[in-house]
Amino acid sequence: MGNETLSDGDRRDFLIKLTSVVGGAGVAATCVPFVASMNPSSDVLAKAETEVDLTDIPAGGMRTVAWQGKPVFILRRTPEEIQAAQSSNGIIDPEPDSKRVQKPEWLVVIGVCTHMGCVPNKEGPGWTCHCHGSQYDDSGRVVRGPAPHNLEVPPYHFVAENKIVIGKA
Amino acid sequence: MAHRIINWIDHRFPLSSFVKHELTGYPTPRNLSYWWNFGFLAGFVLVLQVATGIFLAMHYKADIAMSFDSIQHIMRDVNYGWLLRYMHAVGASAFFFVIFVHMARTLYYGSFRAPRELMWWTGQVLLLMLMATAFMGYLLPWGQMSFWGATVITNLFRATPFIGDQVVVWLRGDYMVGDATLTRFFALHYLFPFLIIGAVVIHLVALHTVKSSNPSGINLADKDNIPFHPYFTIKDLYGLGLFLIVYSVFVFFIPDSLIEPANNIPANPMQTPNHIVPEWYFLPFYAILRSVPNLVGGVVAMALSVMIFAFMPFLDRSRIPGGAHYRPIYKLQFYLFLLDMLVLGYVGYVPPTSQTLIIGQIATLCYFGSFFLVPFISKAEERWLMKRGLPLEVKELIEKESHDKEMRKRKPLRRKEGTV
Ligand code: HEM
Ligand code: FES
Repeated sequence: MGNETLSDGDRRDFLIKLTSVVGGAGVAATCVPFVASMNPSSDVLAKAETEVDLTDIPAGGMRTVAWQGKPVFILRRTPEEIQAAQSSNGIIDPEPDSKRVQKPEWLVVIGVCTHMGCVPNKEGPGWTCHCHGSQYDDSGRVVRGPAPHNLEVPPYHFVAENKIVIGKA
Repeated sequence: MAHRIINWIDHRFPLSSFVKHELTGYPTPRNLSYWWNFGFLAGFVLVLQVATGIFLAMHYKADIAMSFDSIQHIMRDVNYGWLLRYMHAVGASAFFFVIFVHMARTLYYGSFRAPRELMWWTGQVLLLMLMATAFMGYLLPWGQMSFWGATVITNLFRATPFIGDQVVVWLRGDYMVGDATLTRFFALHYLFPFLIIGAVVIHLVALHTVKSSNPSGINLADKDNIPFHPYFTIKDLYGLGLFLIVYSVFVFFIPDSLIEPANNIPANPMQTPNHIVPEWYFLPFYAILRSVPNLVGGVVAMALSVMIFAFMPFLDRSRIPGGAHYRPIYKLQFYLFLLDMLVLGYVGYVPPTSQTLIIGQIATLCYFGSFFLVPFISKAEERWLMKRGLPLEVKELIEKESHDKEMRKRKPLRRKEGTV
């Protein structure tokens, strides 16, 4: 190599920039597995589906089951409760009851307050969240803040007359 | 013999000169009051937390099936396990108490002003790391409060734009706070105190560059400084004795006063306790979070309420030397701010009602308002004090400071040799 090539400033600059970019990309790529390792592992993902037998829930009764570690409320609604739920659309986050249930008798919602994630208690008609006082009706719709949204309906489907699988629509 | 060993080392490592310059002979203003003890106390509590924590970790199990029981095991079966745990739990509260006093001292005496801005900012970083450490440690006993506190706080990251839900799941390693969360919180709870030690070293290097402030707020001439040892070693030790008396009363007589009763119930993801409260040291910030009716707004307000202290060096525009002692309006503002903190703490503690909501919102406005008003009030106060007439020495000092500032702008500062 001639002396001119060695002392060529532009060439040096270019090589330094190139090395920094490649090195930087390498560091960034190395971070990926570290960051990804903190996401849910396969065994956590595997508990993504839960099967529930509904036979022993009486009319007007509620059962709490765990799905992905979260509480899911399953409420068997009486004809009066169904009527009350269908007669309004909710106030803060309006949604018709028919959009929130597959069979009017069965309400399935995730029991996690949409405000900050407490578990609301079944009290009178609907639920009350004791953390900051949000209230939900018998369709899981928020009727009093601070919660901004209705209780979420998880994906589920009926595999038999009285059996559902939560986790897949 | 000892002399020869030290000589041997000094040839290879600056041991004696380091001890002389930075420890025993470190020049310290002679007029430091007991408010200057709290930095040393914070360091002491840090050592205490690391020591008790490491010994607790020898018996603790970070697994949701075992952690609650392992705490019971520590409390009942491990020799002096109860003592280690109470020292550690009370120590966390003591740490915050000491740090809050330390910060209040700095605010009152204006020690955050030039040239100590970097000390104030490294202190701010230390506060954040302390909060993170205590928050993660609180999950470890896996009680109801542990679980729901961690649930509510990790949920706040839903406020992240666009990827909020993914961030929450990523932080937890699960859809809910679970085993993955507990294990990583333990790993990080173990790590963070050592990062804190690193930050403390930076804090102290900055201190030894700019030297301690003092109650007069004026940088004293060299003749007014005295060596750290024995004058301040003994003053710090005396303060430590007083501190340890109070600390021991809590550890030995009322250790449960700072532990929420609900945390003696194992975590139950299906049932939230009727009233969740954070530890006392988070209450004012929690109250600010709850005062904003919107999730994102609340999270932003809470983050800002902690970070806003960092702006103080820019907000305080007064050139009057000395702290609140010589600035009557600043002093009034300081006490009103403390009062506001107490009101917020109360609001954060009680279950929310429409009444406390309004009090909380007013107190939140006062909180931020008192920061936003500082530039105007400090400038107006300076004008008023100058008009009222300042002692000649103080006037000269202000003139000298602004002159020095001009000079520094013109040519970059070259530090004098020997002032390391
Ligand atoms: C910055 C210093 C530290 C602070 C502020 C702090 C704070 C806390 C807090 C608030 C708790 C919950 C206490 C309770 O209710 O029982 C805790 C628990 C725990 N900490 Fe720390 N900690 C610190 C340093 C450490 C270190 C260095 C270790 C070493 C591994 C450690 C290990 C533990 C363990 C094993 C527990 C669970 C046992 C228990 O709950 O008492 N901590 N910590
Ligand atoms: S978490 Fe339910 S109201 Fe706040």
